Amino acid sequence: MSVALPTSVDEVVDLLVRNPSATLLAGGTDLMVEVNLHGRRPTDVVALNRVAELRTWSVDSSRRTVTIGSGVPYAEMETGELARLLPALAEAARTVGSPQIRAAGTLGGNLGTCSPAGDGLPVLAALEASIDVVGPNGSRQVHFADFMVGVKRNSLRPSEFVRSVTFPLNDGWQGYAKVGTRNAMVIATASVCLVRTNDHVAVALGAVGPTIIRANGAEAWLAANHRMSSPPSNDTLAEFGRLVREASRPIDDHRSTAAYRRHAVGVLAQRLLTRSYS
Amino acid sequence: MSVSVAAPPRAGTLGTNASRPDGIAKVQGGFAFSSDMWAENMLWGATLRSPHPFARIVSIDVSAAWKINGVETIVTADDVPGVNAYGLIVQDQPVFARVGDLVRYSGEPIAAVAADHPETCKRALEAIKVEYEVFDPVVDPEECIAGRAPEIHPHGNVFRHQRIVTGDPSVTGDVVVEGDYEIGMQDQAFLGLEAALAIPDSGGDGVELYIATQWLHEDRKQIAACLGLPEDKVRLVLGGVGGAFGAREDISLQVHTCLLALRTGRPVRIAYGREESFYGHVHRHPARIWMRHHATRDGRIVKIESRMVFDGGAYCSTSPAVLINGITHTQGPYKCDNAVVDGFAVRTNNPPCGAMRGFGVVQACYAHESQMDKLAAACGVDPVEIRLLNAMETGDKLITGQVVDSVAPVEECIRATAAIPLPPDLPSDADFRDIPGGSGRTADRSHIRRGIGWGVSIKNLMYSEGFDDYSTARCRISNGVVSIKFATAEVGQGFVMLAQQIARTVLGVDEVLLDTIDTQVGSAGSTSASRQTWMSGGAVNAACVAVRDKVLAHVAQYNDLDAENLVVDGTEIVDIRGTFRKPVAEVIRHLEVDETAEYHHPPTEDLDENGQGNCHVAFAFVAHRAVVDVDPELGLVKVVQVATAQDVGRVLNPLSCVGQVEGGIAQGLGLAVMEEIVVTNGKVRNPSFTDYLLPTFLDAPDVEAVFIEEFEPKSPLGAKGVGEPPCISVTPAIANAIRNATGRELPRVPIRPYDVCL
Repeated sequence: MSVALPTSVDEVVDLLVRNPSATLLAGGTDLMVEVNLHGRRPTDVVALNRVAELRTWSVDSSRRTVTIGSGVPYAEMETGELARLLPALAEAARTVGSPQIRAAGTLGGNLGTCSPAGDGLPVLAALEASIDVVGPNGSRQVHFADFMVGVKRNSLRPSEFVRSVTFPLNDGWQGYAKVGTRNAMVIATASVCLVRTNDHVAVALGAVGPTIIRANGAEAWLAANHRMSSPPSNDTLAEFGRLVREASRPIDDHRSTAAYRRHAVGVLAQRLLTRSYS
Repeated sequence: MSVSVAAPPRAGTLGTNASRPDGIAKVQGGFAFSSDMWAENMLWGATLRSPHPFARIVSIDVSAAWKINGVETIVTADDVPGVNAYGLIVQDQPVFARVGDLVRYSGEPIAAVAADHPETCKRALEAIKVEYEVFDPVVDPEECIAGRAPEIHPHGNVFRHQRIVTGDPSVTGDVVVEGDYEIGMQDQAFLGLEAALAIPDSGGDGVELYIATQWLHEDRKQIAACLGLPEDKVRLVLGGVGGAFGAREDISLQVHTCLLALRTGRPVRIAYGREESFYGHVHRHPARIWMRHHATRDGRIVKIESRMVFDGGAYCSTSPAVLINGITHTQGPYKCDNAVVDGFAVRTNNPPCGAMRGFGVVQACYAHESQMDKLAAACGVDPVEIRLLNAMETGDKLITGQVVDSVAPVEECIRATAAIPLPPDLPSDADFRDIPGGSGRTADRSHIRRGIGWGVSIKNLMYSEGFDDYSTARCRISNGVVSIKFATAEVGQGFVMLAQQIARTVLGVDEVLLDTIDTQVGSAGSTSASRQTWMSGGAVNAACVAVRDKVLAHVAQYNDLDAENLVVDGTEIVDIRGTFRKPVAEVIRHLEVDETAEYHHPPTEDLDENGQGNCHVAFAFVAHRAVVDVDPELGLVKVVQVATAQDVGRVLNPLSCVGQVEGGIAQGLGLAVMEEIVVTNGKVRNPSFTDYLLPTFLDAPDVEAVFIEEFEPKSPLGAKGVGEPPCISVTPAIANAIRNATGRELPRVPIRPYDVCL
C-alpha cells in the first residue's frame, strides 16, 4: 500500500490523475472503520490532512456566502463564528460521533461517503449548498441535489475530489434535529434540517431514503397555505407533518423500522417549524 | 439502617477505600491487558468461522492456504489430539466442526491458522475453501419444545425442562393479572477483547497459556481434555482482564491458541476484534416469559403461575443452570405459598447463550416486576405499597421449599430507596443534553413527560444445585514479607484489593504482596455468581487466620504467654490480659509461615421433579427506583436518576461497592432501552459498537445509592456479593417508569423508540 502526502490541491489532482482509483483519506472516520473492521485493503491512499487549503473556511460578505474547506473538522463548526453563521450545521456537527470523531471527521468525508445517514448532508440539502469539485479540467460547482445520486454514490467523475462547500447566508431561521436510539454518539435513524426565510421553508430529510430528500410537496404546500410571519396552527402542523412523512422513502433495517422513520421525520419537521418561531 | 463504626479503621484495611494495586497502571495506560501480551518469536493465530447458522460441512480444502508464505500451520477438527468437544456442564461444543458434521451457529469455528503476521492469517483464512450443504436454521424455541424442529445435535433440542409445583396449584385469587414478556439478547460487551498467548514447553509435551478468563482451573480442565494432555501439563496464568460479566466463563480461543502453539513449537497469540468477539462468546439468553399472579383484593400474592422459555442457542454452555436460576426466582423478593412454574432451556441455531451478570434472574425479574406494577394497578395500590405488602423476610419459604436463612432486608431496601429525594423537575430552559434525544435536539421541554418506576429483586449468591464451588488461598510469611496467592480471576471487580485489605486486617501488616494469579495453587472457582468476596474472601481470610494463629502461637511460646490471650490490635500483637505489646512487623521478621486454606460453602441440593430442594446457598436483595423523562411522540428516553438501596451485608470497600452499583445500573439501563444483539434467521445483524449500542455518559443516570449493612452471619466476612444485584431490577424499574410516563404496556426489553410511540 502506498500513502501519498500532498500539500496542495494541485498535487492532489495530479495524484488522482495518475491513479484515478486511489482512495482519498480525510478524517478517516469512515475509511479506517472499513480498513480495520471490514477488511478493506486500499492499494493507494491519498491523505488530505496536509493540504492546508482544505482546512480553512472564509466568508464572502459581498456574495453573502460562507465557504468551508472539505478538510475542516466538525469540531470547528460546532462553536464559534461558524456556528453563529450556520447554526443548523453547528447542530448537525454536534450530533456526529464523539468529541474524538468530531475532531477528525469532515464535510469532505461526509460527501465522499455519501451515506443517507451522513449527519451534515441534510444541512447542505436544505441550505442548497454548492460543492466545489476539483479535477483535471479545473473546478466546477455542483449543487448538492446533483451531487448525491444514491446510497453511497455521488456524481464525482474520475480524478475529481471535493475542495469546499459554499453555503448561502440568509437572515432566516435554521435548525437541525436527529433521532437515534441513544442520546449521543449514534447513527441517525432519521434526521431533518429545516430552514425558514421570509417566504419559504426548506425541509431536508436524512436516513429516510437512498439520498437526502427535499420534502418539496410539504414546502410548496406551506408556501401556499401558511403565512410565514406567524406561527403555524395545529392544523397547519398536522398537514405539514403528513406531507413530510409522505416525502420520505424509508426502509426497515436492524436499526429501526420504515414506519418509525417515516413517523419520526414528520414529528421532527413539525417541531423544527414550531421551534423556528420560538 | 447503616451500622456505625466506632473507630475509623486503619488505612487499607476492611471497610476503607483501600486503593487498588492495579489502579494507577490502569488509569495511566500501563496495565498489560491480555491483548497487550507478546513473546519473542511469536506467531499470530486466527480462526475460520462458519457464515451459516445451520449447515453440513461437505469438504474443507486448506491446500491453497498452505501455499501462502508465512503460514506456519493450519488446524482442523482432525488435528485435535484429545476430545473434540468442550462445555461447562456438558461437553457438546466442538473445538472445530468436522467434515461431515454440522455447523450449528453462524460463527462456529472450523479451522485455525498460525502465521507470521495477522495479515497473513487473514489471507490464509480467505484461502481455505469450505463447501457447505446449507439448511434452514431452527430459530423458534417453541418448535424445539414441541418436537417439530429437526434435531440440531445428538443431545437433542431441549437442554433442560424443569417444573416447580408448590402449595396448592388449584388456589385462585380475587385479583388476577398476567402478561407475556420478552427479553432480547444482551451482550456482555466487555472492553478488553478476548486474547490469549500460548507458549509451548520445549519438547512439546505441555503448554503455558496466558489468558483473560473468569476461572483458570475450569479452563485448564477443558483445555487439557481437548489437547489430550494431563492437567499438570497445562499451566494457566491470568492475563490482564478488561471486564468479563460472564462472557469469559466458556472456552473461546483457549484450545485453538494452545493447539497452534503445540503444533508449531512457537508462542502463538490470538486476539479477537470486536466483531469476532460477538461470535466468540456466549450472550445473555433471550427469553419469553408468561406470568400470572393471583392476589387477594388488597394485593397479597396467593399464587404465581409462569412459563419461561430461554433460547440457549446452538450449544449448552450454562443454559441448564441459567434456566434454574430463572424459574427459582419467579416470585421475586416476595412471599408466595403457591406456584406452578414450567421452564425450558432450548437449543436452536441462534448464537450460543450462557452466563451474563444476573444469570437468568434478570429475565425473571423483568417479568415479575412488570407484574407487580400490573397487580398494583389492578388492586388500586401504590407500586411501593404493593411491594412492601408482599416483601419477603428472613425465614420465609421460597417456591422451591427452601427457607431463606440469609439476612433478607427487603422492606429496608424499599424504604431506604423511597427515602432518597426525587430529582428536580426538568427546568423550562433545560440544556438539550438533559432532554431525551440528547445531542439530536429532537425535543423541547414541552414534549417531555416524566415517569417513576420501581423494581426490587432477589439474587442467589454462589453456585447452586449441589455444586461445591470452593475457593483456595495461600498465605505466606517469609523474610518478614506477607504474600498471598490465589487463582481468583481479577476481572476488574477489585479482588486483588480486597485480598490485601483482608490480610492487612487479619495480620496487622501494611504491606501485602500478591503472587501471580495462576494454576500453581488450588482452584478459586469462577469470578461469577457474586461469589468471590464471599468464597475467595473466605479462603484468603482463612489462610490469613491460620498464619496469624501460627504467629501468635510462636509469640506465646517464646514469651511464655498464653496464645489464647494474644490478639492482633492494629499493627501490634497484644496480650489482652498482660502488658506484652510488640509490632507484628518485628515479630514476623524472622518467621517462616505458610498456610493454604480452602473455603467451602454449605452443601446445596438438586431440585426434585417438582422443583423442590435447597438448591441455593444464600441470597442478596436490592431495590431500584428509576426516574425517566420520555418523549412519548418519538419514543426517546432519558433516565434521569436511579435511586437504589442494596443489601450488602457489610461494606468492605465503599468505593468499590459504589463502582459495582453504578456499573450495574448502566448495564441494566442498556438492557432496558438500547442493548440488543439483533438476530435474524440465525445471523447477527449488528456485531459492532456502531450498531450494538451501549449507554454513553449522556445516557447514564445520576445514581443515588444507599447500602443496607446488616452483617450476614453465614458469610465469612459478613459481606454479601455486590456484583450482580445492581443490574437486575434496574431494568424493570426503568421499564415501569416508561410505562408510568406513557401508559403503554411495553412487554418487551429493550424498549425501542417505536415500541413507545407507534
